[in-house]
Amino acid sequence: MTILEAELTPMMLKQDMDRLFLKKKLFNFALPALVLAYMAYVFVAFDVAGLWQRVSWQNAQTLVSDSYSYKTHVTRDNRDASVSVAIEGERKGAYPEGESPAWVSLGKTAQSDTVIDLENGHLVRFGPESIEYDIPGYGLVRATPNRSKGVQAELPAGDVPDWISVSKNRLAIKTDAGRLTVTRNRSEVFRYFTGWELFFFTLDSPYHGLGFGELMSRAATGEAGAIFQDFWTNKMWRHQDVAWAIAETLLMAFLGTIGAGIFALPLAFMAARNFTAFGPLRFVMRRFFDFLRGVDSLIWTVVLARAFGPGPLTGALAILVTDTGTFGKIFSEALENVDEKQIEGVASTGAKPAQRYRFGVIPQITPVLLSQLLYFLESNTRSATIIGAITGGGIGLLLTQAIITQKDWEEVAYYIVLIILMVMMMDWLSGWLRRRLIKGEGSRAKRKARADGKAFLLP
Amino acid sequence: MMADLTAAPLTTADIHAQYGEMTRRKRLYGGILLVLFVALMAAGFRTADGRNAGSFRDGITHVFDYPAEVLAEAGEKLTELPGHLVTFFPALIETLNIAAASTLVGLVFGTLLSLLSTRGMAAWPRLIPLFRRIMDISRAIPEIVIALVLIFLLGGGPVPAMIAIAIHTAGALGKLFSEVNENASLKPVEGLESVGSSWGQRMWLGVIPQVGPNYVSYALLRFEINIRASAILGFVGAGGIGYELKNAMSWGQGRYDEAAAIFLLLFVTITVVDQISSALRDRLIHGAKA
Repeated sequence: MTILEAELTPMMLKQDMDRLFLKKKLFNFALPALVLAYMAYVFVAFDVAGLWQRVSWQNAQTLVSDSYSYKTHVTRDNRDASVSVAIEGERKGAYPEGESPAWVSLGKTAQSDTVIDLENGHLVRFGPESIEYDIPGYGLVRATPNRSKGVQAELPAGDVPDWISVSKNRLAIKTDAGRLTVTRNRSEVFRYFTGWELFFFTLDSPYHGLGFGELMSRAATGEAGAIFQDFWTNKMWRHQDVAWAIAETLLMAFLGTIGAGIFALPLAFMAARNFTAFGPLRFVMRRFFDFLRGVDSLIWTVVLARAFGPGPLTGALAILVTDTGTFGKIFSEALENVDEKQIEGVASTGAKPAQRYRFGVIPQITPVLLSQLLYFLESNTRSATIIGAITGGGIGLLLTQAIITQKDWEEVAYYIVLIILMVMMMDWLSGWLRRRLIKGEGSRAKRKARADGKAFLLP
Repeated sequence: MMADLTAAPLTTADIHAQYGEMTRRKRLYGGILLVLFVALMAAGFRTADGRNAGSFRDGITHVFDYPAEVLAEAGEKLTELPGHLVTFFPALIETLNIAAASTLVGLVFGTLLSLLSTRGMAAWPRLIPLFRRIMDISRAIPEIVIALVLIFLLGGGPVPAMIAIAIHTAGALGKLFSEVNENASLKPVEGLESVGSSWGQRMWLGVIPQVGPNYVSYALLRFEINIRASAILGFVGAGGIGYELKNAMSWGQGRYDEAAAIFLLLFVTITVVDQISSALRDRLIHGAKA
């Protein structure tokens, strides 16, 4: 350009450089400034400042503490003075009638006291008439529930601390040792423990509370089937349902991805310039792919769910339809990039058209095809989780259900861990298969080609 | 091969027989694999069909019932369509904003993670495996998981969706970026180091100019994906066009014209953004066509 001109003074060069630098500087400042301005707009549009007031720290606390601990409810029905003990207060986790953990000593008759030891000196006593909570360092709190007069609470003298709330019909005490709530109809003590108590066996199983060694020795003496049966049908954690849900999710991803590949391949031939001379057909096929991709999996999911109802089939079909569009685009681009020489070579041996495709084209595009299929298999595992949450199928459904109840956060944590492990496993499997099946995949050259945009890729 | 040459020469018939044998074996293996694969697909399909609420056979004839109903109703109320498009436009903007903001945030964190986990560029080489694991995990978490948990904490709205998508984007872009980084020349970095520049300066002046176009190209691709993701997250309560779609659908018949307007908005947006971004990416990677 300027260098080629004959008269080039240092002065002119400097001017040129100055202009170039100014442009670069402006660009360097303008771009971040633009991004910052946009982020500021989003900050206002999303009302991020107001978010801090809306954050529910209470919910955050419940979520975190629930995910690694469980609570045992000791409940007294104030009408008939009967006492029941249940993990998480659920029927599925209830101790059988007349049984209780060691820290609860049940009264033998309705007239005798039930004593609950919350440790460190915290002692709750369910008497025949009133409930007493002995709090170390504070004193004795007594509450008498009465059908007509509500809850009458007697507190030690002085101000009521903020961890006790008293009203006409309710007394609630929250200490580090546990919680006590007394209402007109029932009195309830919560005590918190670390862990997922019923994860392996529920209380009605004879294997609950046994150590690993003990279980193994029992399994060795012929009880393995029964032990597995109790674990598999665990009503609290539903291992069977969870395993099926994961299988359904993987099935959706598998059927959807492979099915899309099978449908897309012949269509891709119709959309590739070097295989279809008829222009309008190519145009129609390409617009068809664009349409499938543009409608998006959300809309496909919604439409297909109307026809097929909730379940893994709907999810698989939604993935299949969307990805047929994506694969069609990728495959037809790959087909347009095939080396004509190889096809000519095969043709020169007198091969018929079918043989030309088989030996001249397919070997060339197989690596691209397989590698894309495997990439999508991994990413569709994630999509299948999301689609499952919308249509109702697989682990996505279990997760949304668990979140909606807003109390089984330990199950939510468990499902999240399972989902992450599932996706990471598929990621690893897909990478391993790619390396095994495709020569050169994962090498520097291949990655460079991909980085240069030579291979289309959706992460 | 060498041994064969010294031994008695093979006749053409021998070679033919050997080749035939090899081909047959290859075909047999291929055939077995194919049969296994077809069986797996068929079994998978039957299982999925069995566990679905409606069967494939019953459903396939009704696939177009719903779109037909929606279109018919939209057709009847064609005059109201422009009005609906205007009504739902702000929701579309919100969806786009979620996608754009999360792509930007993800771009920043993805860049940091990728630089910190590339050999030769990392500020703390010992921590490379740690940053790789962070990327793996944030890539593995489906957006919906984080979004649902955050909706519980923050209430519905665009922010949970934005954070959820940003986390996933950071992981996904981080992985792609580290592949790009591996191909970048380390010489500018070494040069800058020799004149005593800090890590930030080395990255900003030595690496980013080399990898910038690729980064932006991947980020654009991600933006396309994130529009879809933010529409989907809206469906589970995170605001934007997905949320409006869910509402329009739950009203059912009589309001299908609104659903049609939303479908249309979403379709046009995705298609347009796809086209623009693919043209831009082409320009970034292959340079402007002179």
